[in-house]
Amino acid sequence: MPAGAPPTGERRTGAHPHAEAREIVFDFLSGYDLLGAFWVTVQLTLLSAAGSLVWGTLLAGMRVGPVPLMRGFGTAYVNIVRNIPLTVIILFTSLGLNQTLGVGLGSENFDTINFRLAVLGLIAYTSAFVCEAIRSGINTVPVGQAEAARALGLSFTQVLTLVVLPQAFRSVVGPLTNVLIALTKNTTVAAAIGVAEAALLMKEMIENEAQLLLISAVFAFGFVCLTLPTGLILGWVGKKVAVKR
Amino acid sequence: MTEVSMAKEDVASTGDLVVLKSVNKHFGALHVLQDIDLTIARGEVVVVIGPSGSGKSTLCRTINRLETIDDGSISIDGKPLPHEGKELARLRADVGMVFQSFNLFAHKTVLENVTLGQVKVRRKDRKQAEERARTLLDRVGVGAQADKYPAQLSGGQQQRVAIARALAMEPKVMLFDEPTSALDPEMINEVLEVMQQLARDGMTMIVVTHEMGFARSAANRVVFMADGRIIEQAAPDQFFSNPRSDRAKDFLSKILHH
Repeated sequence: MPAGAPPTGERRTGAHPHAEAREIVFDFLSGYDLLGAFWVTVQLTLLSAAGSLVWGTLLAGMRVGPVPLMRGFGTAYVNIVRNIPLTVIILFTSLGLNQTLGVGLGSENFDTINFRLAVLGLIAYTSAFVCEAIRSGINTVPVGQAEAARALGLSFTQVLTLVVLPQAFRSVVGPLTNVLIALTKNTTVAAAIGVAEAALLMKEMIENEAQLLLISAVFAFGFVCLTLPTGLILGWVGKKVAVKR
Repeated sequence: MTEVSMAKEDVASTGDLVVLKSVNKHFGALHVLQDIDLTIARGEVVVVIGPSGSGKSTLCRTINRLETIDDGSISIDGKPLPHEGKELARLRADVGMVFQSFNLFAHKTVLENVTLGQVKVRRKDRKQAEERARTLLDRVGVGAQADKYPAQLSGGQQQRVAIARALAMEPKVMLFDEPTSALDPEMINEVLEVMQQLARDGMTMIVVTHEMGFARSAANRVVFMADGRIIEQAAPDQFFSNPRSDRAKDFLSKILHH
């Protein structure tokens, strides 16, 4: 039977015509590992988020630090990386790092290598935005806080990690949530180097099935399921941890 | 300037804790500190007064290098002020500072504010640090607030916590940068009382303030600054009853006799 034919209810007159109809409408989903694909998306997101939080924080530390060389590096990194399209970065990890320079990231398996390369690319890209979000958070911390910390005899690193960053993070939960949501959706670019995440499956299904609108809707819904709770939960967290002055 | 400081330099160079020699500082075109010579002996309480913009806060902040100086020298306990880095951090730990705007760490409780430096700089164990913190908080009269956050305290309470935080480091000298200027009038006395107690206990103190009552009662010496220079320094009685310079006379006539 042609896919997408309207359910007529005449094929079988049973007790559950609607269940039957649902089965026919979502017929095109059978045979695809939708949850598996979204699980890869979730893994890409979580690993890249953790990595870019660490690297982005280090970059922000460099950008506000006293060493001119590090400040210069941080500034250059952010301004170069955030202005390159993510697709180019992801393709570079595969074509440049892997195929030209032979970087395998500790694996022989083609799929594993691509997954790790995609995480690397996403971290490299996203950390530029994380850095700037955190830096704007650092600017919300009154100068007196750092002065008081220095006056106690804390070193630059201690001032940053014990006094400034904890307050900066609390004020940028909102902006970081934006970055995380963007990152979740940006993982779809990993399809460009063949990582079997949601977008790659969508492409495959669009080629094989006829319900184009429905397929898009299903994947859109899948991403909303990931990002909407993220936004709501982190919005609550942001209010909860805000520093009262 | 000033037989007072000259005499001190001659007599007791070992007793000198803070020594500033021809210190100059510019903010752009503004010459905020002009050839400042100032010597503070161990156990001395020096109050710095003067009109706003006279450079007294800047002077206070140069002593632990929160402001750098252009030339001249500053030494504390015989050691010249180091440049940035570990050495400077070590020296700052010995110099307590109390700010106009309190600057308590907003994300930490009162107790954590007072233990942070002890644990992270002095490497004390946490239990000892908390014990000392509670003793100090009791001493400045805010022991009951130990588990609150700074924002939950009144200005006077916050400033007393800030004093406890500085004292927790067992500093050699305490700098007070207008400690009561951001306080509501009814809270000024509770802070001044703590400072007076500290002075009686023999702490070396440099106090930038507009509280002439405190200067009269607690100071060993009053330093009067205007336009980036030390114009006059004298014992408080002498300064307030019989200022020598016109600048000081003018200043005093404006702030006294209300």
